[in-house]
Amino acid sequence: MSLFDPLATLDAHGERAVERQSVYVYEAPVRLWHWINAFSILMLALTGYLIGSPLLSMPGEASANFLMGYIRFNHFAAGQILAIALILRIYWVFVGNVDARQIFYVPVWSGRFWKECVHEVRWYAFLISKPKKYVGHKPLAQSAMFLMFTLPLLFMVITGFALYSEGTGRDSWEYSLFGWLFSIWPNSQDVHTFHHLGMWVILVFTMVHIYVAVREDIMSRQSIISSMISGERMFKDLED
Amino acid sequence: MRKTETFYDVIRRQGITRRSFIKFCSLTAASLGFGPDAKTAMAEALETKERVPVIWMHGLECTCCSESFIRSAHPLVKDVVLSMISLDYDDTIMVAAGHQAEAILEETKQKYKGKYILAVEGNPPLNEDGMFCIDGGRPFVEKLKYVAEDAMAIIAWGACASWGCVQAAKPNPTQATPIDKVIRDKPIIKVPGCPPIAEVMTGVVTFITTFGRLPELDRQGRPKMFYSQRIHDKCYRRPHFDAGQFVEEWDDEGARNGYCLYKMGCRGPTTYNACSTVRWNGGVSFPIQSGHGCIGCSEDGFWDKGSFYDRLATINQFGIEANADRIGMTVAGVIGGAIAAHAAITAVKRVTTKREKTDV
Ligand code: HEM
Ligand code: HEM
Ligand code: SF4
Repeated sequence: MSLFDPLATLDAHGERAVERQSVYVYEAPVRLWHWINAFSILMLALTGYLIGSPLLSMPGEASANFLMGYIRFNHFAAGQILAIALILRIYWVFVGNVDARQIFYVPVWSGRFWKECVHEVRWYAFLISKPKKYVGHKPLAQSAMFLMFTLPLLFMVITGFALYSEGTGRDSWEYSLFGWLFSIWPNSQDVHTFHHLGMWVILVFTMVHIYVAVREDIMSRQSIISSMISGERMFKDLED
Repeated sequence: MRKTETFYDVIRRQGITRRSFIKFCSLTAASLGFGPDAKTAMAEALETKERVPVIWMHGLECTCCSESFIRSAHPLVKDVVLSMISLDYDDTIMVAAGHQAEAILEETKQKYKGKYILAVEGNPPLNEDGMFCIDGGRPFVEKLKYVAEDAMAIIAWGACASWGCVQAAKPNPTQATPIDKVIRDKPIIKVPGCPPIAEVMTGVVTFITTFGRLPELDRQGRPKMFYSQRIHDKCYRRPHFDAGQFVEEWDDEGARNGYCLYKMGCRGPTTYNACSTVRWNGGVSFPIQSGHGCIGCSEDGFWDKGSFYDRLATINQFGIEANADRIGMTVAGVIGGAIAAHAAITAVKRVTTKREKTDV
């Protein structure tokens, strides 16, 4: 942030520098995680869909083909990457900055949170022309991320590894860790169904998420998309 | 003192040779997954231990478990098993009837208190105080509880006793309830299937009578040795699954070539049973080998997951029939429409507010 009078500052080319406030919000690990996570999920959704509804049959001998095998391999590999990234991300909740914690809870106990929620709903409903500025996530984003992303993602990892244990067997660590799921749903067909529904929850979140990110980038008073790349939150004006 | 009658005494009396007896012990030990020493242990147990009395009761059921049991592959196995256990009471196949039969039941319960096995085929309906299944003049659920009191352990035969099966399918008007939801204070072994495989049934009985305890059970109370793998894990069509070669329609080229039945709704990937290894009718075949997908008959609530010919289970929560993809795509479509509308309004607003500003 510049301490000088913005109007008086000229740079080497004699052009007037526009002053922008910027704050470092998303630390590198969070950004790295975001993109690893995003690409894993796209891979998981694509391969997962094809596991549920496979492609048309391959011609030739069975020994010459391994299509379903590759699709499933990619699903499981992406699933493992996603899970490890998530563990590291959760570790970052404890050592990272305040913003790294946001998507893991909803501050339902805070009056200010609710007030800001109402304000934000009015902004999206076109009732207010000027949104508030936020350093981290906006309150609705925080709630949506917790309810429509963080929880479903945990659910996907748990159900995913439980399903994986069906292949690796009853003596595998996957079964020791996640086998309890089959005490809740003894018929693993149900676990498949819920795992499948979970995909749609996350996909719907992703649609809204990308739309809002692009819209806010254009409309709001702060940088959005570039924040997830550079980590810096730039504010486009100086007003409060 | 009269020597107590052992299993070995009985079969020798029936004219079975010692050689056949040892063969049976080896075969059974192998099918239970034991090492070579086990057959000696088994033979010894069967020669010295008193036969285990079994009471076999029938609740709401179709008797397919009994039908399967008496058809076990090796004729010897069936004979052996029927003589190995002292099947004191089985109202369907015993000679005695009426009061006579009930007297035997009473006698076994008293005489072998805490020592007999209660095998239950079918399940008790609980609605209307159990009036939907009357056995010997009283609701079956009462008889079940009464006999279970003094049992050493309970075998829940088939999908009915284990999970509920067809009589417990939605809306389950009689409130048919699996055994483990009614009897809570006894060890219960579930042997699901509709019916269970004969060799699996005899294997379980042999284990219990030989070693006097239940075999190792999995989380669902099923014997691990027969139910720890899915049909899919040992299915001979599995290479076609991995290759991505599926039957798309019942009479297509893939069906003739014996491709995987996944797309035809095969439940093999979610069904725990031994069909793909032990097979049926003495190892002759099993459903998938005959060209039909597995219907998952040994799984919980297999009647209520939609058509046997659909890969994705039917979800019936809101009174409409749908599957995960149909629900997901509908929601995604609605949200997509909402996003488009919201984007359009945003654009219009932007243009109009800009114009207002320039107008000023
Ligand atoms: C957001 C993340 C994920 C999405 C969107 C997703 C999606 C899907 C879908 C749609 C299916 C097909 C379900 C069916 O109808 O049978 C599936 C199956 C499966 N998924 Fe995932 N999944 C995710 C994460 C994971 C993770 C973390 C794992 C763990 C390694 C995993 C393991 C599996 C397994 C083992 C199956 C069953 C494969 C089979 O039956 O051959 N998934 N997934
Ligand atoms: C082209 C695709 C995507 C873009 C442009 C994008 C953009 C962004 C941006 C700009 C943020 C920061 C939001 C803010 O400042 O309030 C963000 C956060 C986030 N995004 Fe994405 N995203 C994309 C894909 C995805 C996908 C596929 C997922 C997973 C389903 C995802 C999950 C998240 C999560 C969980 C956060 C919160 C991160 C945190 O606070 O730790 N994103 N994304
Ligand atoms: S036929 Fe069924 S059990 Fe066999 S590989 Fe295909 S899906 Fe699996």
